[in-house]
Amino acid sequence: MTRLDAKIPSAPIEDTWDEHRFSLPLISPANRSRFEVIVVGTGVAGASLAATLGELGYRVKVFTYHDSCRRAHSVAAQGGINAAKNYRGDGDSIFRLFYDTVKGGDFRSREADVYRLAQVSVEIIDQCVAQGVPFAREYGGLLANRSFGGVQVSRTFYARSATGQQLLLGSYQALARQVAAGTVELFTRTEMLDLVTVDGRAAGIVVRDLLSGEISSHSAHAVVLATGGYCNVYYLSTNAKANNASAIWRAHRNGARLANPCFTQIHPTSVPADHEFRSKMTLMSESLRNDGRIWVPVRSGDDRAPGEIPAGERDYYLERRYPAFGNLVPRDVASRAAKKMIDEGYGVGPLANSVYLDFADAIERLGRKTIEERYGNVFDMYQRITGENPYEGPMRIAPTPHFSMGGLWVDYNLETTVPGLFAIGEANFSDHGANRLGANSLLQGLTDGYFVLPRTITSCLAPLLGTEAVPSNHPAFGATEKAARERVRRLLVTKGSRTVEWFHRELGRTMIDCCGMTRHAEGLRQGIAKIQALREEFHEDVLVPGDGESLNQSLEKAGRVSDFFELAELMCRDALHREESCGAHFRQEHQTEDGEALRNDDGFSYVAAWGHEEGASEPSLAKEPLEFSYVEPTQRSYR
Amino acid sequence: MRLTLRVWRQDGPDRRGRFEDYDVPDVNPEISFLEMLDVLSDRLALAGEEPIAFEHDCREGICGSCGVVINGRVHGPQRGTSTCQLHMREFSDGDVVVVEPFRARAFPVIKDLVVDRSPLDRIMEAGGYITVTAGSAPEANAIQVPKQAAETAMDAAACIGCGACVAACPNSAAQLFTAAKVSHLGLLPQGQAERWSRAESMVETMERFFGSCTNHGECESACPKSISIDFIAMLNRDFVRAKWKNRKLAGQKR
Repeated sequence: MTRLDAKIPSAPIEDTWDEHRFSLPLISPANRSRFEVIVVGTGVAGASLAATLGELGYRVKVFTYHDSCRRAHSVAAQGGINAAKNYRGDGDSIFRLFYDTVKGGDFRSREADVYRLAQVSVEIIDQCVAQGVPFAREYGGLLANRSFGGVQVSRTFYARSATGQQLLLGSYQALARQVAAGTVELFTRTEMLDLVTVDGRAAGIVVRDLLSGEISSHSAHAVVLATGGYCNVYYLSTNAKANNASAIWRAHRNGARLANPCFTQIHPTSVPADHEFRSKMTLMSESLRNDGRIWVPVRSGDDRAPGEIPAGERDYYLERRYPAFGNLVPRDVASRAAKKMIDEGYGVGPLANSVYLDFADAIERLGRKTIEERYGNVFDMYQRITGENPYEGPMRIAPTPHFSMGGLWVDYNLETTVPGLFAIGEANFSDHGANRLGANSLLQGLTDGYFVLPRTITSCLAPLLGTEAVPSNHPAFGATEKAARERVRRLLVTKGSRTVEWFHRELGRTMIDCCGMTRHAEGLRQGIAKIQALREEFHEDVLVPGDGESLNQSLEKAGRVSDFFELAELMCRDALHREESCGAHFRQEHQTEDGEALRNDDGFSYVAAWGHEEGASEPSLAKEPLEFSYVEPTQRSYR
Repeated sequence: MRLTLRVWRQDGPDRRGRFEDYDVPDVNPEISFLEMLDVLSDRLALAGEEPIAFEHDCREGICGSCGVVINGRVHGPQRGTSTCQLHMREFSDGDVVVVEPFRARAFPVIKDLVVDRSPLDRIMEAGGYITVTAGSAPEANAIQVPKQAAETAMDAAACIGCGACVAACPNSAAQLFTAAKVSHLGLLPQGQAERWSRAESMVETMERFFGSCTNHGECESACPKSISIDFIAMLNRDFVRAKWKNRKLAGQKR
């Protein structure tokens, strides 16, 4: 069994990041332009990194499959971003944000990384305010805050319900400045098809121009993947339609280990799917749980309109089961509680697949105007989708896949197991353990991009001073390009009888059943067999219309779904191997008497990092043991 | 319900486009407009035809990828709504629904309903930012922003960059897009240092690609975020003042 070393400097946790920053080599301003760095993805992580590296003087190439950086899915994050500013004087501190995040992640994250996240959070807010991000303000002109699930302080900064949009625009604007300055070269509508390694080191990438279909190579001293998460493996998720795992999966096939792939978060408050054509789930911000109360009718199958059900016949099940945190329990707990009620027949709505989120009390207490100010755009969004007015009756919400805590394994420098290849933001696994706390994802993306990787990347670059990047006409590039062309050709010539969309939906259904909110061994085994069969059918019977020499959206999707099949199987294997419940990973065989997740710290207090070896029938498991010196692992309790 | 869709089909940038009629006999009124296009595209693919190319991503009205002209209205009949948020309950049985790409000289058609909106990014690169080097920012609460200013800045910053304003404008002007960014940054204390150079440079870049504003107001009614044309008034004022200030203070500029 391989043991992975995260290379965490040995120092008291408060000093780890400072001491590490000092011990890392420096690259003088005059030498920085001699280094080339490739960044793939332009969400908050990729855009902020590319901009910062450009400012520092490196030569940066940044790639996005969108027509503009501003489309990246960070744009859709609604609720906010956490920072340990303690502006409310309510007992917050860096240590408390660290503590909440480690506990919220159910003790499956790395302490040193999480502490750094909490420390840097303070600088992130400064940086974003200076960039002109229009955060909500108090009347005195100072910054406002709100609360999020899983915490008892108000540390979340927000810009209406469009915080992700505003933070992405901040990073995109910083990047636009560097593009104009010529330090960053931007490639839009260009999708990464594969990673190229030379002598085990990342040397560059192979990309496809989505308009011309041309496949070409780019080389650099270092490659950074900021390509987001993989919850679209479930087909129906809150992720944007194009979100995919291909970049990280290709990296994995080239030697990068993938950590905890089964840790995927199911968000409790999405608009439910009321019909079979639903193509995409829409999130209703977690911040709604600050003021909304979640309930179902006491009587199962009660089909009265919600307004006709008197207070005494409503079960406010979160408030009943978790009096201390009530409606603000962490996401995994809230989702499982909702699933339990729905499975037991208390679900509401046309397909009985949702629960109520009710603002009647809040509107009475605070007035409609305040609620409109806080959540207006989310309420409007709800009304457009469902045709129901949430100011007049309760919303209906349902749990939906939302975020992947798992991702490429990285060390403290955010470097993967392939030297020269880094992963940041949702694409890596590092900070959220088995469950991410609300408003920590924008924080992680920006922390990695603005402050962590721009510093730690010198550990990889400085020793390369004086060497050129491997040229992109090196035979390794040619071979990878050839393989990529062959994959594209195969997808196009099959001309079978089922569309890519059909296969994706089937895969999604299989995954949500066997590897969704709850999992069990038998179901996972059956799931693996089903995925394998479906994948075979895909390669024999998929229908991809058109050719590869122009814009072909079916072809783009086919490549992504093809990689999802392989990832899905690994997710199931990971879930099967982890004989415990922790955070979002809930194995039915492992639960407490109250139905909460039951961890097995003796057996599974480690990061499971899976490797791919050409020709091997099964992935290889390596472990990074987790040590908790500052937060003692306990049974999480939100009662 | 049964609809006839009359969709613009164009194989490539230099190819001739044409309308094609598609009979869709079984539209579920609860689905979204894009889900209806999904269903149609899948049927076309299975019938051996090319699916309809259209842009979309988040499908929740925030990424700005989607956008088509529906029965002559940019983003369709519902005000303050992007194409992806439009649902079929807004249509009636028997309707003929004409679907076209955004039309503007600066937005050439790439394929079917997909257009190239990259000139909007060129405007942003011309100054749509506040210069801050990572690490150099002052403590966040050292900058006080009056609530009203922050709210108005946010009204402008809500722009999703979809280009509907350009597509709706008889002159294909990008004034509302440019004004939204200039006003967002110009209303905040942080944005003052570059206020005048930003206004001048963004407007001049805009004019390289787009037509001029003659106050039709179509942009505001087409905007999925209902961004007010008041911001265009602010932009015009800032641009004129910039012409004075930039000459006087910087002197050396042209």
